Amino acid sequence: MGTEEMKEIQFDRIKDAVAKLCIDANCLLGDDVVQALKDGLKIEESPAGKDILNQLLENEQIARKEMMPICQDTGWAVVWLKLGSGVRVQGGELYDAVQQGVAKGYKDGYLRKSIVKDPLRRENTKDNTPAIIYADIVPGDGLEITVQPKGGGSENMSEVKMLSASDGAEGIKKFVVDRVARSKANPCPPVLVGVGIGGTFEKCAMLAKHSLLREVGSIHPDPFYAAMEKELLERVNKLGIGPQGLGGRVTALAVFVEAFPCHIATMPCAVNINCHAARHQTVTL
Amino acid sequence: MAKKITAPLTAETVKDLRAGDSVLISGTIYTGRDLAHKRLTDSLKAGEKLPFDLAGAVIYYVGPSPAKPGQVIGSAGPTTSYRMDAYSPQLMENGLRGMIGKGNRTPVVLDAMKQHGAVYFAAVGGAAALMARTIKAARVIAYDDLGPEAVRELTVEDFPAIVINDMYGGDLYEQGVAKYKKD
Repeated sequence: MGTEEMKEIQFDRIKDAVAKLCIDANCLLGDDVVQALKDGLKIEESPAGKDILNQLLENEQIARKEMMPICQDTGWAVVWLKLGSGVRVQGGELYDAVQQGVAKGYKDGYLRKSIVKDPLRRENTKDNTPAIIYADIVPGDGLEITVQPKGGGSENMSEVKMLSASDGAEGIKKFVVDRVARSKANPCPPVLVGVGIGGTFEKCAMLAKHSLLREVGSIHPDPFYAAMEKELLERVNKLGIGPQGLGGRVTALAVFVEAFPCHIATMPCAVNINCHAARHQTVTL
Repeated sequence: MAKKITAPLTAETVKDLRAGDSVLISGTIYTGRDLAHKRLTDSLKAGEKLPFDLAGAVIYYVGPSPAKPGQVIGSAGPTTSYRMDAYSPQLMENGLRGMIGKGNRTPVVLDAMKQHGAVYFAAVGGAAALMARTIKAARVIAYDDLGPEAVRELTVEDFPAIVINDMYGGDLYEQGVAKYKKD
């Protein structure tokens, strides 16, 4: 394709779109999660648990109406890009547009700045950058941008384990259920459990993170993994942790599995925990 | 029925509280999370004066989002408490009587609570916009350079929380999960 046929997208258009996505993602909880919380109310047996689910629903309404963050931890800005091979960015670099968009969104939206420059020296960057950017080049002339703000408390309850093929599906399931059990009240249950299986060490963790973009209530297209997700959700919800860890039925709203080809010697599994605030917004330019 | 209590807490108030009690807290509490805890305990070690009086104090583990124009504070739900476990016993030795956060504490902290007569409350994590409504005034009193981690003095009115750990070893998380666990 010659450059004369390339679609041009302006730098500022990307920057403004990213800023809006950051604000919307943090203040507007998805309908799928709202529905899952309402469904949770029907099965929750614990009075305290019901109370908490109702508070989360009330909180969602206030956040939506007042455009306030659902949670004060407005997260790392994880940004997924699908850049069409027929697209050229005009007026600057794509990554700069994303970073500047995140800084603008977190400032304009009164979102919390939660990123420190260095893990040990811990000085706040004051604009919530850098964003974590994952970019794919895909056919076509569109640019799809997804912003997935990820909170720290639930991230801390996440883990990668290098299992062996001999551990089988049960080995994976035990690890996932155990990871949720050990998380107890810490990640603000009810949680969403993202599971990555296969790939390399780091790919596996990305699969787990990416799986958290799925719609709550959706069924995995592969019946094998659909069955695994269903079983995992049942087992997790038998742990008794319940909303906020006070005891109850609704420990998780969903378990999402994303699998990928694997090396003959390995079977990595990653569990990425998300609180009920499964925040993500997508736009295509 | 929720018990109405006033912060700072008296020894009598703490003695009255049991794991599982719902409370509504009014009065003055202080925010503090990871880095603020490190600075507070470093100050204690150095024999320096703290930015607020620890006697009977309640610390809320929160890093609020910024206030919009016209707001007292932004969203303000609890952060996970275990990260403060390394510092909490030293603060209790020096008068701290209440902690508000979410999630499980280590045995060292629970022991210090028994020894010094302190209580650990949970607020609902993720209900941050709702909780902000009970905060009537907020001002940064120390460590402004830490941004969201600065220490703020909050005036609260009927701030809802639940007693997780009392000074007698009661643990609502353990009791609750045991009740609903299925094999």
